[in-house]
Amino acid sequence: MLTVDSISKSFGGLTAVNNCSFTIEAHSITGLIGPNGAGKTTIFNVIAGAMKPDTGGVQFQGRNITGQPAHKLFHLGIMRTFQIPQEFFAMTVLENLMVVPAAQSGENLFYALLSPGNVTVREKEVRDRAVDVLDFLRLTHVIDELAGNLSGGQKKLLELGRAMMADPDIILLDEPGAGVNPTLLGDLAEMIERLNKERHYTFCIIEHNMDMIARLCDPVIVMVEGAVLMQGDMNTVRADPRVLDAYLGGDVHGAPN
Amino acid sequence: MDSAQAYGYMLYFVSLMTMGGIYAIMCLGLNIQWGFTGLFNAGIAGFFAIGAYVTAILTTAASTSHLGGYDLPVAIGLISAMAVTAVIAWLVGLLCIRLRSDYLAIATIGIGEIFRLILKNEIWATNGARGIAKIPLPFESLNEPWNKIGFMMLVLVIVTVFYFLIERARLAPWGRLMTAIRENEYSARAAGKNVERVRIEAFVCGSVLMGLAGGLMAHYIKFIGPGATEPLTTTFLVWVMLIAGGSGNNRGAILGAFLLWAIWSFTEVLTGRLPAELAVKAAYFRIFLIGLLLQIVLQRYAGGILPERRPSLNIKA
Repeated sequence: MLTVDSISKSFGGLTAVNNCSFTIEAHSITGLIGPNGAGKTTIFNVIAGAMKPDTGGVQFQGRNITGQPAHKLFHLGIMRTFQIPQEFFAMTVLENLMVVPAAQSGENLFYALLSPGNVTVREKEVRDRAVDVLDFLRLTHVIDELAGNLSGGQKKLLELGRAMMADPDIILLDEPGAGVNPTLLGDLAEMIERLNKERHYTFCIIEHNMDMIARLCDPVIVMVEGAVLMQGDMNTVRADPRVLDAYLGGDVHGAPN
Repeated sequence: MDSAQAYGYMLYFVSLMTMGGIYAIMCLGLNIQWGFTGLFNAGIAGFFAIGAYVTAILTTAASTSHLGGYDLPVAIGLISAMAVTAVIAWLVGLLCIRLRSDYLAIATIGIGEIFRLILKNEIWATNGARGIAKIPLPFESLNEPWNKIGFMMLVLVIVTVFYFLIERARLAPWGRLMTAIRENEYSARAAGKNVERVRIEAFVCGSVLMGLAGGLMAHYIKFIGPGATEPLTTTFLVWVMLIAGGSGNNRGAILGAFLLWAIWSFTEVLTGRLPAELAVKAAYFRIFLIGLLLQIVLQRYAGGILPERRPSLNIKA
């Protein structure tokens, strides 16, 4: 479904992604793990159009999407969330979700002013959907609160809520579990599974919570220093000494020289 | 109070409402740009000047001292003022809408001044520093004070109509989209919004109102020259009005315009009554007082007198 082909991206002297290639199969929940600075978020930024790669390309559903702007990729079916929540700060939680859906004719000034029936109908649809999503995320009690006033964990949930509003083909989740309390984390994982099974969303998840990755993801891609180290199911990944080395800084297996 | 005095006060009130209304139109325009969308337009004077000169050239009688005039009806002058401002704002938008807010402010200051200086120096078209006179006042055939009252009513009707239109658009998905871009452009992009296109749209909509206000001012004063488009009395004052009234709140924008114009005007009357040697200093003191007022308002009411309020679930769109 989505193929990353030999992507490289540098920032000044820092090579964040170095000739990285992998494929995400349709309807999978693919995990993307690796130590801090491995280039995971940069890869998301390149896939979702927030950054252009220096070299290499991205194919999505048979189409070359390299370097396309973020807003066009959204309409092709790619939705991403942010590691650091990027809420619409001074807007309500409800509005934060209602902004997202495509095909809102009321976003056109003339339709907004004339407000024909279909604008009102669509607006009600969007609102009902947003109310459902908030219910799902257990955020109903803060529906009219300004998003900037939410806690860190609630903001992470709101990120996911926005992705749910988009009805995309693939959702790129950047650390959805960070800062979310353990009970809710279980629900979150369950919800991702449900969205995957019932709505056939494909997921690619960056996450440091290995229990969550183990529960949800197959396959798991391990990135180290900007490139893919290995790929496989969680058991294979866990058993591979190179992965532990990467996380713990080497010299864990075998004696130091 | 004798009747002549009462009549004088009445005329003063009419002028306050007319000028306040013209500023309210500019404030609503700036509210679309800054209040809704977060665009820092510091070139209000430029768009105001374009609107004023366009309608002046179109509606005055034929003259050798400037381009035209074409003796067209006032309505056509004002509509053309809006149309020309729209086109120019669109071109400016294409050039500099990608700039972040502080850089956009610098760019628009420059562009606004370029427009004003062009209008000042293209003497064949604008009569330069001597300006364009004899701009027709609508309802001129009526006797005083009815011509002035008629024009005041026209301005107030325009303010009311635009208030309802802009408020309706604000509560629609259109307004939500604008504010989403103000709040977080990355997130807006990730949600499929074409941020540049929407910003240009907001920039054009706001500038059109500034052009209209310029046109109305030209008809009201019946004269337009470079002095009438000074950034102090356009750009600076409109910003103070919006921030004091409540950025993001249309009612706040209108309230700020009338309130600040009243203060601006009262202080002018007061300083005019001071002894001559004090009056010169007082003119500068006035600007200082306006700045001080803004400080006090911002300290006490961070979001202005009527701060922005987001629609709640219970408000039907």
